[in-house]
Amino acid sequence: MQKQKLVVVGNGMAGIRTVEELLKLAPDLYDVTVFGAEPHPNYNRILLSPVLAGEMTLADIVLNDLDWYKGNGITLHTSKKVVKIDRIGRKVIAEDSTGATMETGYDRLLLATGSVPFMLPVPGNDLPGVIAYRDIADTEAMIATALTHKHAVVIGGGLLGLEAANGLKLRGMDVTVVHLGEWIMERQLDKPSADMLQASLESKGLKFLLGKQTEMLAANAAGRVCSIRFKDGAEIPADLVVMAAGIRPNSALAEASGLHCQRGVVVSDTLQTFDPRIYAVGECAAHRGIAYGLVAPLFEQAKVCANHLAQMGISRYQGSVTSTKLKVTGVDVFSAGNFTGGDGTEDIVLYDKSGGIYKRLVIENDRLVGAVLYGDTGDGGWYFQLLKEGRDVGSIRDHLMFGDAFTNNHVGDVGHAGNSKAAAMNDEAEVCGCNGVCKGTIVKAIREKGLFTLDDVRKHTKASSSCGSCTGLVEQILASTIGGAYQAADRTTKPMCGCTALTHGEVRAEIRGQKLLSLDDVFATLAWHTPDGCATCRPALNYYLISTWPHEAKDDPQSRFINERAHANIQKDGTYSVVPRMWGGLTTPDELRRIANVAEKYHIPTVKVTGGQRIDLLGVKKEDLPAVWKDLDMPSGHAYGKSIRTVKTCVGTEHCRFGTQQSMSMGVALEKMLFGMWSPHKVKLAVSGCPRNCSEAGIKDVGVIGVDSGWELYVAGNGGIKTEVAEFLCKVTTREEVLEYSAAFLQLYREEGWYLERTVHYVQRVGLDYVKQRVVADADNRKALHQRLLYALQGVIDPWRERLPGDGLPQLAAEFTPLPVPVETI
Amino acid sequence: MSTWHKVCRLEEIPLRGSRVVPHDEVSIAVFRTADDEVFALRDACPHKAGPLSQGIVHGHRVTCPLHGWNIELSSGEACAPDEGSTMTYPARVENGVVLLAL
Repeated sequence: MQKQKLVVVGNGMAGIRTVEELLKLAPDLYDVTVFGAEPHPNYNRILLSPVLAGEMTLADIVLNDLDWYKGNGITLHTSKKVVKIDRIGRKVIAEDSTGATMETGYDRLLLATGSVPFMLPVPGNDLPGVIAYRDIADTEAMIATALTHKHAVVIGGGLLGLEAANGLKLRGMDVTVVHLGEWIMERQLDKPSADMLQASLESKGLKFLLGKQTEMLAANAAGRVCSIRFKDGAEIPADLVVMAAGIRPNSALAEASGLHCQRGVVVSDTLQTFDPRIYAVGECAAHRGIAYGLVAPLFEQAKVCANHLAQMGISRYQGSVTSTKLKVTGVDVFSAGNFTGGDGTEDIVLYDKSGGIYKRLVIENDRLVGAVLYGDTGDGGWYFQLLKEGRDVGSIRDHLMFGDAFTNNHVGDVGHAGNSKAAAMNDEAEVCGCNGVCKGTIVKAIREKGLFTLDDVRKHTKASSSCGSCTGLVEQILASTIGGAYQAADRTTKPMCGCTALTHGEVRAEIRGQKLLSLDDVFATLAWHTPDGCATCRPALNYYLISTWPHEAKDDPQSRFINERAHANIQKDGTYSVVPRMWGGLTTPDELRRIANVAEKYHIPTVKVTGGQRIDLLGVKKEDLPAVWKDLDMPSGHAYGKSIRTVKTCVGTEHCRFGTQQSMSMGVALEKMLFGMWSPHKVKLAVSGCPRNCSEAGIKDVGVIGVDSGWELYVAGNGGIKTEVAEFLCKVTTREEVLEYSAAFLQLYREEGWYLERTVHYVQRVGLDYVKQRVVADADNRKALHQRLLYALQGVIDPWRERLPGDGLPQLAAEFTPLPVPVETI
Repeated sequence: MSTWHKVCRLEEIPLRGSRVVPHDEVSIAVFRTADDEVFALRDACPHKAGPLSQGIVHGHRVTCPLHGWNIELSSGEACAPDEGSTMTYPARVENGVVLLAL
């Protein structure tokens, strides 16, 4: 089949990212030709500042080298500017520096022409020595000028201007920043934080002239710029003038060819212009009135545009909510939303001038609508999440300023020696304790491989890819290495996996709303991008199906992680561990004898007591599992599942002199009720007989604490990664109520939680008030939830003991028995 | 010189699953994908020798259960950015019987 022709106008980050995404989806659909006005392959424009500052070289910042274009069959024309689009003849005309022209026809055209810097319309703005700060040529000019000239003036006190000023200062020039506004970086900072930043930069030798309007640039006898004069009559010397006064979408070409433009090339939610064969992405595009200048929204646009160029037609770009997390010459800055306040809003401000910290939170109608952080931006991601979700912060208003860790009772992330500020760590410091990744490795990968997101870092270095407690540190490293480009991923809009654009919440809603009952139903109905999912979505979908439609949906053993399929925990050498159930942590001499006999009979190397108050047999060969289960004759402990695990107990009033309630039998009753329950992630309970809480119920998903007049119920605790204290739910009087409330809370979590969310994450997401409303205040709803859980657990099977036809359990032979030695065919 | 060996009937391998065939010190994992194609690989992930036979099969790939590496079944190669590969064996189905070249 003849390939269609795709012509890309512009060789920058947005356009080439679109091509990369397109190649992933439909590598053979197009013959791709790219025209770039610059002589370079695609490079990371955001890293021009480290190049100017001498921290990186030009070679370091190339994202796609010439081999990449060649290897992907892309025809690249560098130093050729497209000067005309013939929309009727469907071709573009490009010109090189000599004026020679060439034509290329297209079936689809992608405009990615970026921005043009705004050059102040003052006399002298075209003198030698007056430049913008946009590309490699500008950067090289600045580096060269620093060797031969002294006075640099940067017009524009925004982020770009400050980076240029910093770089020129480091190269030895005398630098003055001229700014029209009252304070610098007024798009990201309010006056107090801007003043602090300015003071910090002045201490490094930069000079500032604020509220100054330029009148003209004067030339010396040789015709080169030599001074800058302001409207108020003042004049200062200037051998180099850098215009960093803003950018405008580069839409001249599009306008000339008759495309509708309004402060950028106007595009729809599919990144299409008014000519259906022509798309536009990046800084040149105006989507719903906004032309984005940060890279994260542009990469989102690239993904959606590629989806449509690949003729899949299912993605939609609805705009981006952006935050800015920057490192301006060594100072961390974060801002998002409406940080200047106004009528109807209230401010919470923390201002520690000598400590160099300023934080301002703007709240409207009990919702966070803006934040600016200067000097300590660790909580930037958390504030941004609150802002995007529009969550009611009324109940945490008093703690909000003290951050995520304080408000949410995080006792600790572990695995990185207590470090919470990446900037303070040296290159050899270990950031990721699970995978042994040090800071230097992460920084190197970000720079060498052109990484932009947390997912990129996870894939390339494994940092933050296992338990996740170093995620905050990795995000800080990203922000400080790539500066303005870094955008924290928004959890609420993040797709489930690479197979779909839908989020966990959306998939759950569709499975419920359309009564989908099998994985194949889901793949077909929800237009999955792959024929049968991936290792991330298959287990999640399987859980969503069986939890939403119990006894109706099909449970697919091949979509369960090996632990759940084999009903045992796989170990590093391919052997398994067997943990029989001990209700409430209670056992009998007979059970202990059976365990001991089995350990000896099957030569099981390790016998260990677990934190869950039971015994673990480690090192069992897979083919021995069915026989081990038979000889043990004890129920499965489900130590291997995203399921109920244990109900720990302390001795309680049955024996203990302090006990106020019968905790052991309460625990056993809970465990028997919940046996076999599948959940979004593991669930651990504990019951204590008095407030001394010897069973550690305070860090459990559901913690039950006996008091003299009844039982206190706590929920959403977490003992492991990120230790979390459980929150008080309510107090009840009877054992039946303990069972009913626990069941209702767990069923709510089962129905609404996202796969791999612990109860702590679920409750943080929906809010404890919501949970209390559905489980405590609304008695009818509570009883209904309780009944739904009991219904789902009806007829639950102990996989170690029984199998029924069609019950979704893998057959013993197929799962546990190796095939015989192969026989040679004749 | 390798010769073809009979392994099992196709339906003895779960769809999107695998069975293990003993061979030398490291077994061979025989996979059956959703479109009824068969692949045979040494049952050892190039990362830390995890049993690929226990992984989740999707498309023509398997995800190692130990640390999540994705391996292409046709070539035994780990998917980028991970690097490494495991040995493959020719495998095919004839008259409903799975054959392996050893």
